[in-house]
Amino acid sequence: MSELQQVLTTTFVVGLFAAGMRLAIPIFLAALGEIITERGGVLNLGLEGIMLVGAFGGFAVAFYAQEALPAGAQWLAPWLGLAAGAAAGMVMGLLMAVLAVTLQTDQVIAGIMLVVLGTGVTTYFYRQWFGSLTARVESLPPVPIPVLADIPVLGPIFFQHDLMTYLSLAILLAGWYFLFRTTWGLNLRAAGELPAAADTSGVSVSAVRYAAVLIGAALTGLGGAVLTVAQLGIFSEGITAGRGWIAVALVIFANWRPGPAFAGAFLFGLATALQFRIQALNIPSLPYELLLMLPYVLTILALLVNSGASQAPAALGKPYVKE
Amino acid sequence: MNANIPPRLTMRGVRKTFGPVVALDNVDLTVARGEVLGLLGGNGAGKTTLMNVLFGLYKADAGSIELDGRPLAIPSPRAAIDHGIGMVHQHFLQVNDFTVLENIVLGADLPNRPTMRTGEAEARLRALSQQFGLDVDPHAPLGDLPMGVRQRVEILKALYRRADILVLDEPTAVLTPQEVDELLAIMRRLADDGRAIIFISHKLHEVMAVADTIAVMRDGRMVGTVAPADTNPAALSRMMVGRDVLLTTAKDAATPGPVKLDVRGLTVHDDRALPAVRELSLQVRAGEIVGIAGVEGNGQRELEEALGGLRPVAGGRIMLGAQDVTNASPRAVFNAGLGHVPSDRYKTALLRDFSIADNLVLETVDRPPFTRRGLLRRQAIAANAVELIKRFDVRTRSPRTQVAKLSGGNAQKVVLARALSHNPDVLLVAQPTRGVDIGAIEYIHRELVARRDAGMAILLISTELDEILNLSDRIIVLHAGEVMGEAPAGAAAVDVERLGLMMAGTRQTELDAAHG
Amino acid sequence: MGEAAVSGPVSSPPGRAADRDGAWRRGLRTLFAPLVGALVGLGIGAVLIWLAGANPLEAYRAMLDGALGGRRQIVETLLKIGPLLIMGLGLTVAFRCQVWNIGGEGQYFMGALGAVLVGLWLQETASAWVVIPLMLAAGLLGGALWAGVAAWLKLRFGISEIISTIMLNFIAEYFVLFLARLPLKDPESFLPQSMQLVGPARMPTIYNRVHIGVLIALLLVPLIYVLLWRTPLGFKIRAIGSSQTVANYAGMNVVFGVAFALMFSGALAGLTGAIEVSALHSRLKDGISGGYGFTGILVALLGRLHPVGVLLAAVFFGILTVGVQSMHSIYGLPIALAQVLQGVIVLCVLVADVLARRWWRDA
Repeated sequence: MSELQQVLTTTFVVGLFAAGMRLAIPIFLAALGEIITERGGVLNLGLEGIMLVGAFGGFAVAFYAQEALPAGAQWLAPWLGLAAGAAAGMVMGLLMAVLAVTLQTDQVIAGIMLVVLGTGVTTYFYRQWFGSLTARVESLPPVPIPVLADIPVLGPIFFQHDLMTYLSLAILLAGWYFLFRTTWGLNLRAAGELPAAADTSGVSVSAVRYAAVLIGAALTGLGGAVLTVAQLGIFSEGITAGRGWIAVALVIFANWRPGPAFAGAFLFGLATALQFRIQALNIPSLPYELLLMLPYVLTILALLVNSGASQAPAALGKPYVKE
Repeated sequence: MNANIPPRLTMRGVRKTFGPVVALDNVDLTVARGEVLGLLGGNGAGKTTLMNVLFGLYKADAGSIELDGRPLAIPSPRAAIDHGIGMVHQHFLQVNDFTVLENIVLGADLPNRPTMRTGEAEARLRALSQQFGLDVDPHAPLGDLPMGVRQRVEILKALYRRADILVLDEPTAVLTPQEVDELLAIMRRLADDGRAIIFISHKLHEVMAVADTIAVMRDGRMVGTVAPADTNPAALSRMMVGRDVLLTTAKDAATPGPVKLDVRGLTVHDDRALPAVRELSLQVRAGEIVGIAGVEGNGQRELEEALGGLRPVAGGRIMLGAQDVTNASPRAVFNAGLGHVPSDRYKTALLRDFSIADNLVLETVDRPPFTRRGLLRRQAIAANAVELIKRFDVRTRSPRTQVAKLSGGNAQKVVLARALSHNPDVLLVAQPTRGVDIGAIEYIHRELVARRDAGMAILLISTELDEILNLSDRIIVLHAGEVMGEAPAGAAAVDVERLGLMMAGTRQTELDAAHG
Repeated sequence: MGEAAVSGPVSSPPGRAADRDGAWRRGLRTLFAPLVGALVGLGIGAVLIWLAGANPLEAYRAMLDGALGGRRQIVETLLKIGPLLIMGLGLTVAFRCQVWNIGGEGQYFMGALGAVLVGLWLQETASAWVVIPLMLAAGLLGGALWAGVAAWLKLRFGISEIISTIMLNFIAEYFVLFLARLPLKDPESFLPQSMQLVGPARMPTIYNRVHIGVLIALLLVPLIYVLLWRTPLGFKIRAIGSSQTVANYAGMNVVFGVAFALMFSGALAGLTGAIEVSALHSRLKDGISGGYGFTGILVALLGRLHPVGVLLAAVFFGILTVGVQSMHSIYGLPIALAQVLQGVIVLCVLVADVLARRWWRDA
């Protein structure tokens, strides 16, 4: 059998898509969060840092909960971790909101500072608390959905995942509904397009932008926690490996819309899954470094495909100053 | 009127300062139900500031606001809306990506929040449209609507929030004379329905036509309140300006020389890639001022940017003297002898965080005497600034002062000084006196006429008809990016009504046909 | 002066009184924010140290001792200041132009690659007088070209340099690691690392271990000052950073300016890589970047985008980086404390700066 034939068996492809789906979730959650934040007019480039803090906070809480909880309540540990990841993300989000909305510092610089801080703080506390021991947490078990999970091909791809993956799909729908079908979403989008219009209509731009940043950061932190708690079961320094930045790019690629953001995240999930699998095949003529580059090359290509068509919120990145 | 019923709105002793600048000084204002109050004043008189205080956008340093005789605080727009105050802003604050209905319900209390089921809202909106003759389609995307309709949306938005004190801030600036008449009728109807209307304007005849009472502001003070029957335009303008002369610059007849700017069949697209200037042709000769008149948003900005090399030309040709500068870079246009004083001076022409001296050499910083042997010469840059500041009467403490700290008039003098310091063959000036105080307006007008007399070809684009009438030797009327017609010579000879019809889109040829 | 009488109260320039003693006020403000920021930052660090069970004062003393306590320590600190300074100076030029080059890491790797290729090629045959300048040139070129990719993506396709430079970091790092593991691999070694630079390809030293790279870094301080404030090109770069619209209106070549700023900062990042690989690492391998691409951003910001400020910030960060190693060996504090302190301090400086500006304006 040639290498190519070996690659293209049905089981391989199904497994690939199923893994792609799983790997898409952290990036998707961060991208959805950033869509909400940017639709409100704040450019939060700190996703990478927020995601790391969520990943670490979630991991630490899940780890200690696992030790503290009685055997019967062990199942609670990863969920506490996920909640803690979202909460840790919100702490970072609060910092971003104070910098961007209240103090009106340059949002690009504020975002970069968040990345630097997130990297430093997580590395510091990981070393401090976990030191040399290789800590693990129990990741979320898959929960096949009855009947649907047995459909050939589609079943394994969509219906044999952990609960967090299904929950993320619900979050996608909720996010879309929030943005486009509620008055809160209307206020938020007005604050991002023309804050003066929101202000003179009686909507507090500051309050809306605080909410936009906090919700976005909570989703981003949750995305980080999904990575460490729900999927990998471990934490290591810089474990997000640029996923936060890829999420920022994805927002542009998706034209600030939740649906396309999910599609884009799925694409990245596929690329990552493909890279894992090809690595596992151990083809000597294909150095693994080139495969590791794939998601980052793909990010640039995605932006190339979408260049020129972008429709950023008109007031994105601009502090609102009353005239 | 019964003296025992307190007026709907009373503002007393309002004072507002920005740093050392006193924007409002002890201002009183009263308006009753059923009354249209005309609030007159020149640029910078404090009208908009006063209304921003009323609407909760600014916090006053002193003074009180009473509604129906009850004093209260208005800390935010939200509070103003809750008290029945509605505001139609000079520059519409509308989200282009939203529909009419979404813009109207933004921030308003919908029946079943937070979900946006808008059926009831739509029904109320339609009822209001019908009652006051404000026809709009609730589901139209706002960005596609013409200015007149967008203004109706803004009025409906206030009515939807049950506003019974309605403030209209310079609402006629974007309208044709015919649309203005409709708006005045709508204002009358709203007042007759029991609302209090505050109509802010600096156009005398509009205020005279509709107001029950006219309040005049100048330099942050309320200088008087009169009934239209007891006054006349001359008296009102004296109150506005504080003296008799009103913006008429003395000038001799022009002696035009050879053609310096020759535009043939110019077509330019706007940001949405739709034609904004269509097949436009015009010539400007040495020693004349050609004025482009028109209602805002009829292609002036695109024309200006295309001439300045800031926007691509889709068709036609632009000649500066003997040089073809169609689609040339700003640098090439500058080298070919064009001086450009743009309409939005802060966005386009000035680096706010740079000093006056640095701003005065933006185009020429890399040439002698400002650069020698590859290095900047600070003394030359400073000397240039000192000279220009003196010659153009820029009021500043030092050439090193940041441009952001200058007043609108002084900032405009910096832009004008820079453009004229290169002694261009052709000067393109757009909205030269927007946001500029009266002293500086007079100075700028005199300077333009002096340059014309010295042989410069000047193209003046302005939406201030008075300015066009005052300065131009020939007037070209622009509507929807097309030339409607041309009117010759100074203010006396111009038939303003004819100009108005052309600004509204009637061609000169059609007017002549109707006449003949 | 009668000025107010002529043009009315509304048009008299605001802030006239406050302007009079503007010079010393500005001076005080420039010092105020960094001082307050550094103090608050070190205070937060003290809390972290205390939480870790060490005495903050003693730990900070150990830090100072470790960085400045003797000849060996000072040399070590100087060796850290060099790369921080070059990186920070390059980014100063980019940030002044509002070009957000976050790709220092990738450009560093490509610069190191260029230097190693030239070094391996010439070290057997040529003298240091030839090899070292060529290696440095290759470093400059490698970094500039890699940043050039981001410049092309930005100017041709409108892709934000923030995202592209980050992605190019990962791509460059994996590319260099691939070269080190396969085509350039040292056959004598079991580790995935390239062949070694020797003899004339190693950076000559001036005193002790202090090499000419440190000298180059110091010489760049006045050079960058002259570039930004004494040449028309620097004027244009700052003008473009202030407003691209206005710069374009004034006939400046915005595309060239942005490309220059991005590639210039890339070149200096590449130079940093060339110097470090030649002086310290001697090969391409994992972990040679030392995170200078990111720390350089903090150095540039802390130095408030002024060469002299950047010099002070580099010295401060050099002391922190070296000193934390003593805190680590004596008190067992994680090395990452340096990173946390650096981030917190720059953050505090940014906040203090905004607050200072507000208070001074209102006063």
